[in-house]
Amino acid sequence: MIVDWSRFVGAEKSYWDELEQVLAKLESNPEYGLSLAEVQRLHYLYERCSGDLVRLDQFSEPRLRASLESLVARAYGAIYETRAPVRIRWKAAIYAFPRAFRRHLGAFQLAVGITILGCAFGWFAIRKDPQTKAVLMPFSGLMISPRDRVAIEESSKTDRLTGVKASFSGQLMTHNIQVAIMTMAAGITWGSGTFLLLFYNGVILGAVAADYIAGGQGTFLAGWLLPHGSVEIPAILLGGQAGFILAGALIGWGSGLPRSARLRAVAGDLFAIIAGAACLLVWAGMVEAFVSQYHQPVLPYTLKIAFGVCELAALAAFLGWTGRE
Amino acid sequence: MSAAAQSSLSIATPEGVVFSYQLATPVSRCFAWIIDAVAIGGMTYFVSRVVNIAGFLSADFANFLSVVLYFVISVGYGILLEWRWRGQTLGKRVFGLRVIDVHGFRLQFPQIALRNLLRPIDSLPLFYLVGGVAALATRWGQRLGDLAANTVVAHERYWDEPNLDPLAPAKYNSLLAYPRLAGRLRTLANPEAVAFALRAVTGRDSYQPAARLELFAELADYFRSLAHFPEAAIEGLSDEQFVGAVLRVIYHAPGRPHS
Repeated sequence: MIVDWSRFVGAEKSYWDELEQVLAKLESNPEYGLSLAEVQRLHYLYERCSGDLVRLDQFSEPRLRASLESLVARAYGAIYETRAPVRIRWKAAIYAFPRAFRRHLGAFQLAVGITILGCAFGWFAIRKDPQTKAVLMPFSGLMISPRDRVAIEESSKTDRLTGVKASFSGQLMTHNIQVAIMTMAAGITWGSGTFLLLFYNGVILGAVAADYIAGGQGTFLAGWLLPHGSVEIPAILLGGQAGFILAGALIGWGSGLPRSARLRAVAGDLFAIIAGAACLLVWAGMVEAFVSQYHQPVLPYTLKIAFGVCELAALAAFLGWTGRE
Repeated sequence: MSAAAQSSLSIATPEGVVFSYQLATPVSRCFAWIIDAVAIGGMTYFVSRVVNIAGFLSADFANFLSVVLYFVISVGYGILLEWRWRGQTLGKRVFGLRVIDVHGFRLQFPQIALRNLLRPIDSLPLFYLVGGVAALATRWGQRLGDLAANTVVAHERYWDEPNLDPLAPAKYNSLLAYPRLAGRLRTLANPEAVAFALRAVTGRDSYQPAARLELFAELADYFRSLAHFPEAAIEGLSDEQFVGAVLRVIYHAPGRPHS
């Protein structure tokens, strides 16, 4: 039976308008806390409007139905959402990163393992055939022999970064953050993209290490890479960790949950890890531009190595212990 | 992924109510993205002009700001706007689109961040080819970022009460003089037929004359079979006028103003 449309709208519209107002208030201020009376009223309005929608099933007026559906959908989202609204609290935000890291330690270990595998590949490739340097290390600054480069750097009387230090730092920050984001995002390919990016990073790292150590420049290498690399490399590994978490949620080994529930469960951790990695890479970009490019005698290698080791220890302590309950 | 693409997403509540979202097509999303790309370009240009002022102090610092702010704008535009405008960017707002949770829940910040952070993959190799293919291949037209974040992009819906006054004014509706027959019409008329008749009346100018005559003749026959109005009430009414008068009777009870 068709309801009397005009009477129906006349009787119910005030409830729809009231629900609309409550929802607008909640949506404009996600932190707004409803009182018990307001919660009860919201629930009543939701049920009433849901009932109206059911009654409209018998009356296919498409625009009215679409409008009521929209209202009921918004109320449904407000009532059945069990996740707490995101509140920006600095302490909780800082804790979220190391806690998420520790929750998914296996994914981080996998990222470390793949990078080490890449390092080993790069190392042995350079040791077996030094001619592969041009392929494995496509950076012009690394093409000269390590001994020559160290001689040039240590005898340099001028600062080649004068006037471009800040912009160089900005480029490093944004590029490395893009790499970390890409490493995470590539997890959507069931982890294969993350695997390839981490392996490739490892190959470059292993090749550079093999080249410099074989050339007797291990100390220079450590003094050059450690100040920024002790933060930058773990940050990229964190991107890889996020990528494998995403892949794990997609694949769902050993989980009885549907895919959407698995992805929902890790979304907060993914964001915490990638946001934390981005913060680390801002620091790494500054250090690389302002510290790493200066060598002995301007900055003694022991000081640079000690600085890098301290950073690594601080990062490990932060990720390992901060926010433990 | 499923090959059976759907044009709407239906959600059933524990109360037994089913509501649905009209999903956005890749084409409308593409147009929205073009507007967003122009907005990002415009903002970057404006910011770079402002940053040039810092160049008087230090050209290096001005370059640093340009590089970092371009990155922040291009990555943060979608995240910030979709968070502040509950699933909308400028482009989505223009085209009446909105990002929603796939289960109808409130959109959470990590979801918004995730779907935007996966854009680099979706935009590969050029012009969102990967995202476009994913949208065509998935059931709810999701790009990879939407799949990871459990979101879909849907059309917004507005309250738009049908205005029958220009089509069937109540003032000259002779059927309203027979409230019992009008009530019988309301009781017996098939809802689908009523909705179809409403679409026919509101879109009457789009029909060919012959098809229009035939369509309204069939509808008028159907409504006449439900309630037999006296000849005096329907005398001189064309089929189309009769259908309009019937709709007026069904949608607005006598004596009630247009709400």
